[in-house]
Amino acid sequence: MAGLELTLGHYLAVSAALFTIGVFGIFVNRKNIIVILMSIELILLSVNINLVAFSVFNGTIIGQVFAMLVLTVAAAEAAVGLAILVVYFRNRGEIAVEDVNVLRG
Amino acid sequence: MTFQEIAAIFIVLAPGLAAAVAGLGQRFLGDKGSMAITTTIVIAAAVLAGWQFFAWSLGGQSGAAHTIVLANWLNVDTFIADWAIRIDALSVTMMFVVTSVSAIVHTYSIGYMSDDPHRARFFAYLSLFTFAMLMLVTSDNFIQMFFGWEGVGVASYLLIGFWYKKASANSAAIKAFVVNRVGDFGFALGIMALVFMIQPAAGVDYTQFGITQFSSIKFETVFAIVSHDAPIHVIGQAAATPIQSVTFEFLGVHVWGLEMAAILLFIGAMGKSAQFFLHTWLPDAMEGPTPVSALIHAATMVTAGVFLVCRASPIFSVCEVASNVITVVGATTCLFAATVGLAQNDIKRVVAYSTCSQLGYMFFAAGLGGYGAAMFHLFTHAFFKALLFLGAGSVIHGMHHEQDMRFMGGVRQPMMFTWVMMLIGTLALIGFGIPGTDIGFAGFFSKDAIIETAFASDSAFGPFAFWCSVIAALLTSFYSWRLMFMTFEGKFRPNPHAHHDDHAHADDHSHGHDHGHHAPKDGRAPAHESPKIMLVPLVLLATGAVLAGVVFKPQFLTSNAENFWQGAIVRDSDPMYGPHGVHPFGAATATHTPAAEHAVEAPAAEHAAPATAEAHAPAAEGEHAEAHHELPAWVIWAPFVVTMTGFIGAVIFYLMAPSVPRRMAENGGPMHSFLSHKWYFDEIYNFVFVKGTALLGDLFWKVGDKKIIDGLGPDGVTGVTKAGASGLSKLHTGYIFHYAFVVLISAVVFVAFVMLGQGR
Repeated sequence: MAGLELTLGHYLAVSAALFTIGVFGIFVNRKNIIVILMSIELILLSVNINLVAFSVFNGTIIGQVFAMLVLTVAAAEAAVGLAILVVYFRNRGEIAVEDVNVLRG
Repeated sequence: MTFQEIAAIFIVLAPGLAAAVAGLGQRFLGDKGSMAITTTIVIAAAVLAGWQFFAWSLGGQSGAAHTIVLANWLNVDTFIADWAIRIDALSVTMMFVVTSVSAIVHTYSIGYMSDDPHRARFFAYLSLFTFAMLMLVTSDNFIQMFFGWEGVGVASYLLIGFWYKKASANSAAIKAFVVNRVGDFGFALGIMALVFMIQPAAGVDYTQFGITQFSSIKFETVFAIVSHDAPIHVIGQAAATPIQSVTFEFLGVHVWGLEMAAILLFIGAMGKSAQFFLHTWLPDAMEGPTPVSALIHAATMVTAGVFLVCRASPIFSVCEVASNVITVVGATTCLFAATVGLAQNDIKRVVAYSTCSQLGYMFFAAGLGGYGAAMFHLFTHAFFKALLFLGAGSVIHGMHHEQDMRFMGGVRQPMMFTWVMMLIGTLALIGFGIPGTDIGFAGFFSKDAIIETAFASDSAFGPFAFWCSVIAALLTSFYSWRLMFMTFEGKFRPNPHAHHDDHAHADDHSHGHDHGHHAPKDGRAPAHESPKIMLVPLVLLATGAVLAGVVFKPQFLTSNAENFWQGAIVRDSDPMYGPHGVHPFGAATATHTPAAEHAVEAPAAEHAAPATAEAHAPAAEGEHAEAHHELPAWVIWAPFVVTMTGFIGAVIFYLMAPSVPRRMAENGGPMHSFLSHKWYFDEIYNFVFVKGTALLGDLFWKVGDKKIIDGLGPDGVTGVTKAGASGLSKLHTGYIFHYAFVVLISAVVFVAFVMLGQGR
């Protein structure tokens, strides 16, 4: 099984891929705000993978503690975001990204 | 202090005091009290001034000219001026004219203004005017004169606009004030030019010119320096220059300083005396009450310009260019105003244009050196023109404030007394008299003296002035008789419009619902004779209009002139009545210079008509009579002939065939509309000055202020801010992915920046 040993680079690659998918999920997606929320979750997860990976390979616990905090915050953020969406849908009757531009200049 | 001096001080100051008391205390005094105070005081002043004048002119106690200093006013280096009363022939004459006409007008106004609710204010204004005019004529320096000059301007403004609820009166008052400002600007510049020039030069003993206290502004100093051609200090030059050689830059042109100052002073006189180009205010000033027109716009204020030229005769007599300007302007005015007078329908406007014309006579007489003749005409004119105005006022009063002559006629029978007075005034105005004798009305002596002065003058513009004045005399006679015939003769022509409308035309409205203006069957006007308090003043003025000429001609012009004037005016250059003139009266009879003789003989030889007429010289002065023969007979008869021609013309047109002029007016030929529009002066001024100023103001407002100042200033700044803000706000699309993109790009740039910075 030599050669299949997971190095830090692999973890970081997965993390980068997730991050990129998340970013493109935000930019490219023009349909649904929920997808944006999900993309943000993906970005946060990629950050978490980074934190945990560095934590393991550097031999410290701090990164994992941090990851736990980020998860908590992400959950809260998702809850708040979804709540806003629900209210928004009630007011406007839609949540298409193209139409959510009331705050424009 | 002698009684004479106290009297002079009373004459000048008491009307001012009366004006203050009556004007400020009208609430406590009431109408009656104000009228009593002002009228009594002005009558008292008139009596004293009359005594002073008669003592000076006829009583032989002329005494030396002297100055009563009331208070020192300005004392800055050589800029020294006093509040003073200068007593000499000029001021004594003017004090008499001003106070007597003023007293008469005060008295007359009691009747004329009897139904006006603001009589107290009116009488206060009248007295204020009298005070300012007296300050003007008695000043011994240019500054006090300017004070009086502006004072009469203000009083004139207040009185023209006395009926301030009438829009036309308000605009006439403003017009008079503004046009006078133009002239006053010239006057002020002239005074400044004199002060600028007349500065003492170092090392010159001025006492040799009779100057004890050098003042740049006092008549004494200024006239002594000018007439002696004394050296003065010129700024920027070390050497003293004789004043008549001083030049300076004015409006970028190199000019003779003294000529420039004289012309500027004359511009002031033009404004006040309503001369050509600055005359437009005078006819409009007729919006004021008629007594005001008689006092201010006939007898006194408008003659202030003539007075100024005569007072400054030492300056004008050495300024050839300025004198020529005066001659041309005066002669043009006298002809121009007479032509306009032909086509006016408002009775007061006819008399106003006649005033304008007579002022032109005075001016060109002064311009040709005949200052005595100018003052003499001023003196007689004051009486007969005030008489004409007050007579016209009596007609207007009797006709229930109808002023349009087209709606008069047949007024003679109901207003017989006024008719007689107006007839005397008209005869005096046209200068009726028998040539070669001393029988005639006042204007006969003074106007003929001016016409003869113009003929005798060897000035280049003498002939121009002569012919202008002869033609104007013809027109004067014509329009004066036209006024008399249209007003008093024929059948009454009721005004088809109910309330005296200035622009009434002969359309078929029903009439008769106004003051009972029914046309009676016998063609008599529904007029009533004025009350006695208005008729007695007319009698006094009529006395003046009959006698002022015959009594005072020796004083002003001939045998007693030297003793009368005593150097108050310059008489050396008088072509007619001066010591070298055609009439060699006075002290310098013997000094008949060859040059003067030559100048006078030239026209005489040309016409080779030794005058048989004895003209105006009384028989007692036979020793001088042969010099008088040098004036050709046709010159002496010319005014009489043209006057009679005018009379006959008026008889034909307005008595025998009154339909002819009416048809001419209705058909409105170019000549008639040219004259009835007063040579289109108002239209031209409106177009050039009023519209021009409005256009210029528009330009400064719309381009200068709005576009440039506002455009680059507040509006520009706010505009740029607004445009920038709206540009910036466009960046906020509201799309969440745009924000996210910006955040990402920023983060990338930031990280790249930090990493590249670390790599260094």
